[in-house]
Amino acid sequence: MLKQIEGSLGIAEAVALCRPGAICAYPISPQTHIVENLGKMVKTGQLQDCEFLNVESEFSAMSVSIGASAGGVRAYTATASQGLLFMTEGIYNAAGLGLPIVMTVASRAIGAPINIWNDHSDSLSQRDSGWLQLFCESNQDALDTHIMAFKIAEEVGLPVMVCMDGFVLTHAFERLDLPSQEQVDQFLPAYEPREFLDPKEPISMGAMVGPEAFTELRILQQRKMLKAIPIIERVTKEYREITGHHSGGLLDCYNCENADVKLIIMGSTVGTAKDAVDELKAQGINAGVISLKAFRPFPYDEIRAAIGDTKNVVIVERSFSYGARGILHPEVSRAMRGKDTNIYTAVCGLGGRAILGTTIKGIVKHCLDGKFCDELTWFDVDSKVINSYLKDAEGITLPEGPLPESVLLDTLQKVRA
Amino acid sequence: MLDAIKFYQTGSNTVGNRLLNPSMRAVQASSDRPNTLISGHRACQGCGEALGARYAIDAAMRATGGQLMIANATGCLEVFSTPYPESAWRLPWIHSLFGNAAAVGAGLAVAARVRAKKAGNANVPRVIAQGGDGGTTDIGFGPLSGMFERNDDVLYICYDNQAYMNTGVQRSSATPPAARTATTQLVGAEPGNDWGKGKNVPLIAMAHGIPYVATASVADLKDLEYKVEKAMSFHGARYIQILVPCPLGWGCASGSTVTVARLAMESGFYPIFEAEYGKITSVRKIRQKQPVLNFLKLQRRYAHLTGKKADPKVLARIQAMCDDNIKSFDLLGDEIPETVPVAVQALERSHQI
Amino acid sequence: MMNKSFAATLDPATSLANKTGSWRTLRPVNVFKLPPCNKQCPAGENIQQWLYYAAEGDYEHAWRILTEENPFPACMGRVCYHTCEGKCNRGFLDESVGINSVERFLGDYAIEHKLSFRKPVRETGKKILIVGSGPAGLSAAYHLRRYGHSVHIVEMAGKPGGMMRYGIPVYRLPRAILDDEIARLTDMGITIECNHPVQDIVAEKKNGKYDAVILGLGAALSTNVNIPSGDTTHILHALDVLSEISSDSDVQIGRKVAVYGGGNTAVDVARSLRRLGAEPIIVYRRNRDRMPANEEEMDGAIEEGIQVKWLSTIAEADDKKLKIEKMKLNDQGWPEPTGEFEELAADSVVLAIGQNVDLSVCEKVEGLQTEKDAVVVDHENMMTTVPGIFAAGDMVKGDRTVTAAIGMGKHAARGVNAYLKGSVYKRPEKHEDARFEDMHPWYYTDAPKTVRPQLELARRSSTFDEVQHGLTEENAIFEARRCLSCGNCMECDNCYGVCPDNAVVKLGPGKGYEFNYDYCKGCGVCAQECPCGHIKMVPEKI
Repeated sequence: MLKQIEGSLGIAEAVALCRPGAICAYPISPQTHIVENLGKMVKTGQLQDCEFLNVESEFSAMSVSIGASAGGVRAYTATASQGLLFMTEGIYNAAGLGLPIVMTVASRAIGAPINIWNDHSDSLSQRDSGWLQLFCESNQDALDTHIMAFKIAEEVGLPVMVCMDGFVLTHAFERLDLPSQEQVDQFLPAYEPREFLDPKEPISMGAMVGPEAFTELRILQQRKMLKAIPIIERVTKEYREITGHHSGGLLDCYNCENADVKLIIMGSTVGTAKDAVDELKAQGINAGVISLKAFRPFPYDEIRAAIGDTKNVVIVERSFSYGARGILHPEVSRAMRGKDTNIYTAVCGLGGRAILGTTIKGIVKHCLDGKFCDELTWFDVDSKVINSYLKDAEGITLPEGPLPESVLLDTLQKVRA
Repeated sequence: MLDAIKFYQTGSNTVGNRLLNPSMRAVQASSDRPNTLISGHRACQGCGEALGARYAIDAAMRATGGQLMIANATGCLEVFSTPYPESAWRLPWIHSLFGNAAAVGAGLAVAARVRAKKAGNANVPRVIAQGGDGGTTDIGFGPLSGMFERNDDVLYICYDNQAYMNTGVQRSSATPPAARTATTQLVGAEPGNDWGKGKNVPLIAMAHGIPYVATASVADLKDLEYKVEKAMSFHGARYIQILVPCPLGWGCASGSTVTVARLAMESGFYPIFEAEYGKITSVRKIRQKQPVLNFLKLQRRYAHLTGKKADPKVLARIQAMCDDNIKSFDLLGDEIPETVPVAVQALERSHQI
Repeated sequence: MMNKSFAATLDPATSLANKTGSWRTLRPVNVFKLPPCNKQCPAGENIQQWLYYAAEGDYEHAWRILTEENPFPACMGRVCYHTCEGKCNRGFLDESVGINSVERFLGDYAIEHKLSFRKPVRETGKKILIVGSGPAGLSAAYHLRRYGHSVHIVEMAGKPGGMMRYGIPVYRLPRAILDDEIARLTDMGITIECNHPVQDIVAEKKNGKYDAVILGLGAALSTNVNIPSGDTTHILHALDVLSEISSDSDVQIGRKVAVYGGGNTAVDVARSLRRLGAEPIIVYRRNRDRMPANEEEMDGAIEEGIQVKWLSTIAEADDKKLKIEKMKLNDQGWPEPTGEFEELAADSVVLAIGQNVDLSVCEKVEGLQTEKDAVVVDHENMMTTVPGIFAAGDMVKGDRTVTAAIGMGKHAARGVNAYLKGSVYKRPEKHEDARFEDMHPWYYTDAPKTVRPQLELARRSSTFDEVQHGLTEENAIFEARRCLSCGNCMECDNCYGVCPDNAVVKLGPGKGYEFNYDYCKGCGVCAQECPCGHIKMVPEKI
């Protein structure tokens, strides 16, 4: 059914279609509209056999979800940024317990300095938590991915984080196509937990495991993650067949045939990038977009195949790793091991700075012009802000325009000299 | 005739008493008691928490007809009961984190209700969340307060051994003043835990206006079982805090666990009471009042108060604290004689062990 | 089965694979200690055990346990001086358990319900002669009969019972009670031949083809003292007076009677005379503290208005008056004359200063060694210096009480039984004492001893009705339940309840508990919390 609605409402409707039993809410922008809508649905009775809990923190939101999931119902919650970090202990725990919780992360920067706008530093901080992390390029994609996420989580036996860009998607009003309840029921049968607390068949969950078995249990957890790749592919196929929607999957390629340069992007920037490469195509520039959906598990083979023989790849990232470089870069490098692909990282769009068509086009041209001199380059940098500090503090100024990491290193050498 | 006679041999102070009608005996007296926490667990010798947990959970099992699930905070109880690959529990049990047992319990309760409703089953399993004093009064306090405030259908049981025992006896907000812990050592001008710190979680729980709050002790089994059963008769958030001596952490003999807990009650050191909807409804009266020194001198954590170099001012301050408890909780009945030898004999006997 | 999605999920109760018993350095064991009452009882009754069953209301079982040691609970419940109660550990808590009154209740219960002793399952064919049907002889006869021996008692008096019949006043022991309990013995096949004085023990034994003889002669001779007196003065002997009173309640003895002596017999005489309407006054050479008479009996006497002349000896007796010399106690507590005299009006004097056994018949037996007022026996088995001849009761050194006589009779029977088998009886080693310090008194509820309803004072002193009523069933259970069960299990479930490792196994009613050493870590909480001191921690052999 087509509806012109806010992204958050679309997500709420999608989650409701999955018949969750427990929804936990703790307010933090920009996910709050999702749980607000779900709360309303529970209260009106639109969402039956489900309880909505206003908890006192994200830590409890995750913990209640753990309890509910261990108790044998579908559990859902949503968070972002600081909230995600506040529940981190529970996030790792849910994965370790193998509980198929689904959680929306309305991606947002992490403070300090406090910032409520979108980037990927929150989601990516949970890289090693043991959750599946699925990124969404649009609200339609996000809506469909949530429905798929429950099925994937339950089949894999691990929790799934659905990462969608805060504000850019959550607060955008768009035309969304909601599957019918019948379609969802057909796709996602009534919940049959694999393992839950039941007085009829008592089990003990969450044992303490010592050195004698810890490694082995970790290997088993990793095996689940690897098993998730074919499961995601199959579930996506099933979903697409039932709904006709083209959402989800491990990754998606746009304009990638014979592309001279391919951009690897997660999240809503993909939409902008698609428009930008269309414009570039009109100018005779052939650039492709690889929309990376599954960050964890990371689809190495699929990335390698998607990049193919293209010589130049630029990863457009809304985050990075302090003291290192891009977060996706090592993964893509691993995927391309043995091939002489030039892989670059363009960092932009941090803390909600808009990534515009010009940004994407600039990155493509920068690449095709052979201007990428370092592995990582900062784009859309306002050097005035940096200089206003550095000039006074250290007597240094940085140039205008894209900022390769070597420029930063040079300034440090200058200071040392 | 037989039932009309009071049981003066042991009265109701013992676990069982063959002269009592079985229905009047403690759950623990029954040869088919649930033993929810079974043998083979790795608690230290004389562990008060192992004892308290079995007492409480067995009673709850009886109260719920076996329809019971547990969410357990990290801590001794969790570690000694479920070291992979062996579990000492005989009922559905989950351990998640140190600070989230109350919230996990709330989630379990939701799941139980929703599943039962979906299945059209009127029999909804009940939930107990449990943890030590550290997991309850400190790190788990936020989720605990949230669970109270939402009136989630969870009984939270705090096994209070007055410090972080699992990590090696560090101070918690439930550690009493002047007590030695690894982080409040017996050094300096004021040895042991500081005065004027810590919190009384039962009173805080009452301030949430929840249906039921109680304190209990492993030294009064029938009272403990009564309170657990009573707690299970309510829906909504409930809190029971059970004093469970830790022989290792308190520095007392492994066999003295119950006796030390008894002395804590009888000296007024640990008031035993119950409250409904924020108001105290009953108080366990002291049966054989005695000076707090009798409680303190069994424990090396108070070695500085009982030895030759003891500071009488500190001892007097602890005694005053007990006297204040006795007064404010009205712990003395009308007919309590001033000096009663019996408990002291018990004490002296334990010294021989 | 659930499809466990994660390998760390555990099945319930799998910890049973972990045998924590290996941690143990101390091992709890159940010890059976000797309760102070049992230890004190001259008859060797297993008091704690019969109280255990009485407390349950299983009176017949209690009575059967009691009569394993003593066949006269109804009599003992009346005349025993119950020194057991003086040793009762409950005395440290509130008041001693009223053991004696429960015993009487059980005895009366047995009479009321016509309980009888079981006949021996087999006859040994051995014959034993018992001389004297006092408590020692009857007790010995009972135990021998239980062994299956055939027992014949000869008694010189007209009725069996000895001092129980001819020495104890009726107000303390109604004769119907005595008759009932003796009849229970003859029902077992014991024969009693009265009016049969024995002149020659050896001949009796030989003629009757007896395999062994037990002598149970009582102290039937009153000790005499020479009191200067006129011819008209009534000087009587206590046993004669008591015997006369027990067979004829219309004894003419005068109004003012001085009873000379401070023992139980003196008190019995005084209280008996009081019931005849006389005004007895006890004259005793020492003071109350030094008085050998049973304290309760003496209290009763004083309550009944009997006067006592303390620190006094009778120097002369005349018609209607006595000359009394005042005494004082020396450092050792012995009386010394002061030379001060006074007069005391008295119609007669009853001498109650001691009794002796007539050992003349013993002295005729060759090789039978005697000493002052007693025959020499091996106290282990009560055999005299002549093989096959045993002795018990007043004629053997020891306390001259009914209870002591019953105990000696039992041991003599055991000695005879062993002798008949060609062996020598050795008393079994006793368990260690159950001390109050070994117990955990917290668990006992405070309860005062039920005070026996007493006859009104006036009524008591003027009739021979029983002074002390028995307990009602309610009171008997109450008293029995006050027993602390010192040193022995009372099945309170404490050990079973307080074990943090569930390592105590409850075996079911009457069977107690056992330790599961697979899991017991040896913490000692069970031993600490056992009310009875029934559990001991002993070092493991490592």
